[in-house]
Amino acid sequence: MDYALAALAGLFLTAAIYLLLSRSLIRMLLGLVLLGNAINLVILVAGRLSRLVPPIILGNDTAPIAAAANPLPQALILTAIVIGFAMFAFLLVLAWRAYENLEADDTDRMRVAEPPGRPDPPMSY
Amino acid sequence: MGEIQQSAVFAADWVVVLPVVVAIATAALLLIGRGARDLQWGGALLGAATIVLVDLMLLWRVIELGPLSMTMGNWLPPFGISFTVDIVGAAFALAAAGVTLLLLVYIRADMPERAREQGVYPLILLLLGGVSGAFLTGDLFNLYVWFELMLIASFGLMVLGGRAVQIDATVKYGFLNFLATAFFLLALGLLYGLLGTLNMADIVGKAASADPVPLAGIAALLLLAFGMKAAAFPVNAWLPASYHAPPPAISALLAGLLTKVGVYALLRSLGMLLPGARELLDPVIALVAIGTLLVGPLGAIAETNLRRALGFLLIGGIGATLAGLALGNIGGLGGAVAYTLHAILTMTALYMLAGLIEAMTGTSDTRQMGGLYATASLTSVLFFGLMLAVAGVPPFLGFWPKLLLIDGGFARWGFGADPWGLALWLAVLVNALLTLIAGARLWAHIFWRPGHEGAASELPNPQLSPLGRQARWLGLGSTVMLALIVLLLGLFPETLLGFAREGARGLLDPLQYIAATGLAEAAR
Repeated sequence: MDYALAALAGLFLTAAIYLLLSRSLIRMLLGLVLLGNAINLVILVAGRLSRLVPPIILGNDTAPIAAAANPLPQALILTAIVIGFAMFAFLLVLAWRAYENLEADDTDRMRVAEPPGRPDPPMSY
Repeated sequence: MGEIQQSAVFAADWVVVLPVVVAIATAALLLIGRGARDLQWGGALLGAATIVLVDLMLLWRVIELGPLSMTMGNWLPPFGISFTVDIVGAAFALAAAGVTLLLLVYIRADMPERAREQGVYPLILLLLGGVSGAFLTGDLFNLYVWFELMLIASFGLMVLGGRAVQIDATVKYGFLNFLATAFFLLALGLLYGLLGTLNMADIVGKAASADPVPLAGIAALLLLAFGMKAAAFPVNAWLPASYHAPPPAISALLAGLLTKVGVYALLRSLGMLLPGARELLDPVIALVAIGTLLVGPLGAIAETNLRRALGFLLIGGIGATLAGLALGNIGGLGGAVAYTLHAILTMTALYMLAGLIEAMTGTSDTRQMGGLYATASLTSVLFFGLMLAVAGVPPFLGFWPKLLLIDGGFARWGFGADPWGLALWLAVLVNALLTLIAGARLWAHIFWRPGHEGAASELPNPQLSPLGRQARWLGLGSTVMLALIVLLLGLFPETLLGFAREGARGLLDPLQYIAATGLAEAAR
């Protein structure tokens, strides 16, 4: 199962990088979402997959009685999902505003901050 | 590790987390009270001033007691999330908070009213909260969370106002920086899979006995992620594409704080956590450092937009800190720490000055500037002094970190023992020279010549307008304050150099850092 998930994460990562190499903002956004999912899978596998009992500590114990599953990756992934979603939402709105204001979805045509045809460097002194 | 500690935390120990708490609480209060527009500025100033005081207390305690640690939620380290502060983190946090406080004064004179109403103050405090958290945390995943907080706040600051150029810049900045944090998260997941811990103090112990090959791979990924954040050479394109777009006050804030967090994370992760992997990656880091050292000032020489030119100088400074990391000895790491402190203060002051210059000349194009020397002599003296500080001319502030770097490079070279030491040594010197050329040219173009570029160069510049009343008192006043701090630190560098040496010693041999978290027995 570890190997299958690792391969899946690799596949996600490849697809994500392919999409990120595109010039279209929407494709890049989808790439970032895929990348986030690939990384979450990596964290899940890094925490070791097991079929053990849930890590619930009862009563006055300070440690689980039997070997328990690792809860930490899930906490990490949950945090990463929430943060990634917020970032995705922001970037989606930003891409929409860019489409409205700059009339471009193509990063090659977004040249307001760095105008094409750069001037020569200052020649005096 | 015995039973759970009941109340091991004294009241004074709360200073470890207070900077973050105050920043986020102030930001939240300002957001709640966004209707009360008259109180926003005062509230933000009060919050930032409190953070400066708390950071001062924290630095004081760290100097007295050594590294401090505090772990959340009644879970002993390495399980609970630790905040662990050594002198590097405390000094960086203080510099960041001080700069933010001065910028809050500056912003009053600089920002358009509308942007201020749209919530610039809560975002600034959130940014400061994220930056402080990143400097103070002792847990890698927590560092990721602070990175993201910083990122979302900087997105907001950069796009606030919504001009086309800002949206364009934020697209580039946003995608690339989000990508960098995603790489950091990937590296962190792999590191967790390898070592089973995310607590920095715990990682130090466990990484020493782990397989160095996968560790080097993870370290390379960290280098890429933090290098992107810090705008190191092959992945620096986003910085000059974005930092000149927002209003000058926001540019200054981002320039002063953001890339420095990337540098800090590099020093912490590669310098302290994975020293073995850093040695394996040594040639790569050295090449990146040399590239960054040269690309920065060369870009600045070729640039016609003032704030873009400053952005390139900023990148050159990042190269100096990376050179320190590549050297890896006490001189190098000490130089990197001192240089980062210097860059936080000096680059912010330069961007603040750039804002005033743009207000007086009505343009951001250095070819259309000129003649400021006659009308604004104070600004021109400040700009000249700060440029000397960036280039590292004694007795200005930039000289001392570069002296440490030169010293470290010499020690590493050892007359032929290690050519990388000589290469880095030369690159730092060439960078200083090129920076001096870039700075002198900027100064000559903006201040020295009477008028615009071209045939009218000797005629007086017709577009100059004096600063408004607010810009003169608040804008110029806060800039002069910051420049004075830079000047005084340059004239009396003992404290700064002491911090740097102490910090480098802590990074190279983090026994005290580990002991502060209570993991010393586990590490042995």
